[in-house]
Amino acid sequence: MLRREKKGFAKFLSDVVKFRYLLLMLIPAVVYVILFAYLPMTGIIVAFKKYNYNQGIYKSPWVGLNNFKFLFISKKLWPLTRNTLGYNLAFIVFGMFFQVSFAIILNEIRCKVFKKTAQSIMFLPYFISWVVVAAMVQAFFGYETGLVSKLIENAGGTKINITTTTWIWPFLLVFLNLFKGTGYGTVVYLAAITGMDQEIYEAAEVDGANVWQRIKYITIPFLKPTMATMFMLALGGVFRGDFGLFYQTIGNNGQLLEVADVLDLFIYRVMISNNDIGMSAAAGVYQSILCFATIVTVNSIIKRVNPDYTLF
Amino acid sequence: MSSVTLKVSEGKKKTKTPAVTKQRKIRKVDEDIMNAIGIVILSLVMFICIVPFWTIIVSSFRSESSLLTKGYSILIKDFSLEAYEMVFRDPSKILGAYRNTIMITCIGTFCAVFMATMTGYVLQRQDFPWRNKISFFFFFTTLFSGGLVPTYLLNTKVFGFKNSYLGMIVPLMFSVWNMIISKTFMRSISFSLTESAKLDGANDIYIYFKIMFPLSKPLIATLCLFSALAYWNDWYFCMLYESKEHMFNLQYFLNEIINSIQALKVIASKGGDVSMTGITLPQETMKMAMTVIATGPIVLLYPFVQKYFVKGLTIGSVKG
Repeated sequence: MLRREKKGFAKFLSDVVKFRYLLLMLIPAVVYVILFAYLPMTGIIVAFKKYNYNQGIYKSPWVGLNNFKFLFISKKLWPLTRNTLGYNLAFIVFGMFFQVSFAIILNEIRCKVFKKTAQSIMFLPYFISWVVVAAMVQAFFGYETGLVSKLIENAGGTKINITTTTWIWPFLLVFLNLFKGTGYGTVVYLAAITGMDQEIYEAAEVDGANVWQRIKYITIPFLKPTMATMFMLALGGVFRGDFGLFYQTIGNNGQLLEVADVLDLFIYRVMISNNDIGMSAAAGVYQSILCFATIVTVNSIIKRVNPDYTLF
Repeated sequence: MSSVTLKVSEGKKKTKTPAVTKQRKIRKVDEDIMNAIGIVILSLVMFICIVPFWTIIVSSFRSESSLLTKGYSILIKDFSLEAYEMVFRDPSKILGAYRNTIMITCIGTFCAVFMATMTGYVLQRQDFPWRNKISFFFFFTTLFSGGLVPTYLLNTKVFGFKNSYLGMIVPLMFSVWNMIISKTFMRSISFSLTESAKLDGANDIYIYFKIMFPLSKPLIATLCLFSALAYWNDWYFCMLYESKEHMFNLQYFLNEIINSIQALKVIASKGGDVSMTGITLPQETMKMAMTVIATGPIVLLYPFVQKYFVKGLTIGSVKG
């Protein structure tokens, strides 16, 4: 008799037995993700409750949409959303531009020693925490003793006090984000270029392509999938602020918060300082839904344009 | 037949050679221009990257009075060890913070690398029937999250993170991002290795440890560095979960020093006696010295893993 192909549940069971070791190896990560990522998702209901410390998330009384109502009435929602989106888009666009450009330039440089050194030094700022970056900001822009202040003073200009000057912060924050992240991104793109088939370049050389043509017609098209992946991954967090950057530089400075208050900062502040669990959770839900909606929408648009570039 | 084609190609080569060299000369010129522009741009970038570090280090070796009157500078002026003497007058706190950070970094990095590579290995196996579904199960957590409030409440009330070292270790223990990097890297290792090992009777755990692990050195070096960096530079989870000073890690300790001196300054200047506080504590240089002490070791780690870097950091798609 012919052995019949196993189907349905029997196939599933035999697969479980066959791959038992692989499944065993997945257990730690699966348990971790369930406990520390999926379980908190169920905790979202706290946004619809009047949180009471003794009763906890699941037993506190329901209040419907009250928390969201207060959040809406506070009129904070629009500036917060605008700031978060604006800063993140600036970070993504400028970041990608510089990362890709520097990776291409590094790839074209023939002097091996210079290439290695440049790569190492550009990566250096990635190694420090935002606490240290904040210390650097003080050393450079501190009103009385900062390096920049002294330079301006010596040149006969008027010093800028960055703790009260709001217009400077959008530029400074973008700069700090680029300072810390460009090196990492550059190496990611450089890794992609290095992994590419060098024969294509040789063939282009034989055909007489010059450097610009090589970059335009070979390197950049080749980098597109990596750029798409990086862009999509960044877009998933477009409503999530870089908490460290904003907390360490802006912190609780009321004047600066007008131009640089982002959702994460607000959620943290409302939870820790004001102890308003309900409103903070409501803002968190708002943020999560915005992030999710953005990535799903963009992914489905990309799916129609070019399915290769979708994230999922 | 083959000899004919050979001849033809040889003939082509001969006729083409002068043209190629001519083109090569032209190409050399624009390559030189590209190199020159590149070196100028990258030198500028390197300058911007290195100056803040240099300034911090130089400033930590200056006397407070020099710093206050002449301001921060990239030049070495008025060398003094005053700040370091002050910081190490009572080293017990710094050493405690160091001990915490080193302990957390070691335990955390070990777990993080282990979990990322193990999960990545399973999910890149072509014969594993549920790989796409489980990949998405992990990836979904980066798309949607419960947010700070539920996470914080659950971690403090249910899992007991408050004032426990767990609060600083567990949140950074598994990263989907690192898992994806592992998956991408291990997929580039030929699957036939796994297949032949299976034919020889090796089980999957054995294959992972004895075959994949030794072949993944660049990946492991990269992941070690990233995880170690994440743990070493963490101050956020320490701020969130720890309230006892002896449990602070290095970065949060540094954060406290920077901010409490600031607070001190504000109070002192309100009383109208700024000069007094300036003399008693070399505040500015102490901050800089602490920054150097807190950052130094992790930066020194970099040269050792750097050579693996470009190889280990290829990012692939989430799918498949």
